[in-house]
Amino acid sequence: MATSTAHNVNLEAAMVLTPPPLADYLVVAPLAIGFVFGALCLMTRKNIDRQPYIAISGLVLMLLADIGLFWHVLQNGTVVMTMGRWLPPFGITFVADMLGATFALVAGIVGLAGGVYALEDVDRTGRRYGFYPFLLLMLSGVTAAFLTGDIFNLYVWFEVLLIGSFGLLVLGSEREQLDGATKYALLNLIATTLFLLAVAYMYGMFGTLNMADISRKAAGLRDTGPLFTIAALFLFAFAMKAAAFPVNFWLPASYHTPRIVVSGLFAGLLTKVGVYALLRIFLTLFDVERDALAGTIAIVAVATMVLGAMGALAQNDIRRLLGYLVISGIGMMLAGLALGSQTGLSGAVFYAAHSMVVMTALYFLAGMIGERMNGFALNEAGGLYSRVPWLAAIALILFLSVSGLPPFSGLWPKAFLVKASLDVGAWWLAFSILLTGLLTTIAVGRTFAFAFWRESTRETDDTDTTRPTNGGRAVAGSLIALTLLSVAVGIYPEPVIRVTDRIASELLTSGSYVDAVFPAEEPMVEEPSADEGEAQE
Amino acid sequence: MRTLIFRTVAPFLSSLMILFSVFVLLRGHNEPGGGFIGGLIAASALAIYGIAFGVSPVRRAIRFHPMALSGFGLLLAAIAGILSLFSGVPFLTGLWVYPRLFGVELALSTPLIFDIGVYFVVFGSITSTALALEERERD
Repeated sequence: MATSTAHNVNLEAAMVLTPPPLADYLVVAPLAIGFVFGALCLMTRKNIDRQPYIAISGLVLMLLADIGLFWHVLQNGTVVMTMGRWLPPFGITFVADMLGATFALVAGIVGLAGGVYALEDVDRTGRRYGFYPFLLLMLSGVTAAFLTGDIFNLYVWFEVLLIGSFGLLVLGSEREQLDGATKYALLNLIATTLFLLAVAYMYGMFGTLNMADISRKAAGLRDTGPLFTIAALFLFAFAMKAAAFPVNFWLPASYHTPRIVVSGLFAGLLTKVGVYALLRIFLTLFDVERDALAGTIAIVAVATMVLGAMGALAQNDIRRLLGYLVISGIGMMLAGLALGSQTGLSGAVFYAAHSMVVMTALYFLAGMIGERMNGFALNEAGGLYSRVPWLAAIALILFLSVSGLPPFSGLWPKAFLVKASLDVGAWWLAFSILLTGLLTTIAVGRTFAFAFWRESTRETDDTDTTRPTNGGRAVAGSLIALTLLSVAVGIYPEPVIRVTDRIASELLTSGSYVDAVFPAEEPMVEEPSADEGEAQE
Repeated sequence: MRTLIFRTVAPFLSSLMILFSVFVLLRGHNEPGGGFIGGLIAASALAIYGIAFGVSPVRRAIRFHPMALSGFGLLLAAIAGILSLFSGVPFLTGLWVYPRLFGVELALSTPLIFDIGVYFVVFGSITSTALALEERERD
């Protein structure tokens, strides 16, 4: 194609020739913005005073693009764009359905909150090591993973976000961080390798990597091919990413080591990418295999949520406690996947969105508690209620929210999940969800009692004057914003429930996803061949 | 490695390799070559220069920090994709122009911009790794 001589090739059979509407570019906008601003941050790496402004404006633009995309999808249904003008099974397709757009939106909110929190939490050394470029590139990877419609491309975005997260994890290169990062990197690479193996098997069988294409071909290949094996491989790989029970040990080993804002972002974003991938694979692609694996997923879900909450009870370090709560929440989402019903999936997606916001906020809160107590150990904590009453209020809201108590955002998804379990007679699943809620309440109640209610055990109260850098407006602002979001969703959940209900019904009819990528299947195949005949004449 | 022969040859070798890397980059669209391999050749040119004269002359010679060059490459690649927005074609579609220059037709395209971006990303990241490793060896 490197000459201007006109070709007599009928492009219609291979390419999209109608110009896409301007709004469809919103599918790639968050990703493109993330990369442009990440690159700008990388170029101004030495200019650490100007870098935060570039990064924050990039994060704001990304969030605006996410909001635009969400709105567009909400109004007009699934948006599809195939890279390089190729027709879907050949080009890499980006598909924003309600699930992807919602996750991308919440990721954008959490990312912006993290960027603002980091203004005061990440010092000059951290910035010089490249906090902001890593943050933007990781967020681009996360967002693109939510929006891609190509399974190998999903693998690529997993790698992008992993590389970004490695950078964030070792920021500062302390001994403890390197220890945590080694475990994290090794186990994540194993999971990614399994994921890649499964993709390779799948490509060998289907001859395509486009998820919509796989979805429509799966029915025909079910009798001959080892689809169940592939589905089980995906389940293992993504369960490891999501930190589900037997393969969750990497999370408590690494999440408490980096800077608190990094922990918060990881807790909010990374495990949820695994959950998203599970939802996508098992509902859009392998719905029959999901039915067969539902029992296994349910057992994994129960073990993950109950053992996660028990792990949280046993911790003394607030950050480690939160790490176990992240795991426990993953169990909730898996329960929804195991149920696979309209109510169950709606609850799972709602819980994922709630968990992204609240877990990040909890880590931010832990950062502020740790700053005021000069450490994260609960047995040395105390006296915060009298010193910073407003922080106690925020803590109480977030603690109630994470335990699923009214009137905050954790209540509704749990109610949905319990109802969905009882609908199919799975009383033990409903019981474990409620038991987990109780155990979580005890774990966070203990934290509240120790850190806030108890009298300070220290004689010298030196913490008021020291460290004026942290706990300023940016830190408090991002924490309060996330908390208010949780409160608002808890008090007025109808719009969110409408959205998650729509996501659940979209997921349960995988045909809608396929139809969006391959619109009007029959005429598309018929017409080009007719044109080709004319061209040859 | 600071022998007289090596130090005499290194500047010529490095400049030749950089020239060659640009050649490899530009022929890459239709023939073997491209941004990735071009970037690797350019990075090895700087590595040779660094082995001969030490790391700081290299850092002075390229003016910018290698990671900044990497960022520039990423920016170019992203821009190559975004250009498609203004022509009403999907993201990352290859766009071509054919200006005539001295009677020769030049084929310029967004894949070329993307490839130059790849060149800089590879060049910057490999150079920064190589320079860091050479620096450690001296200590």
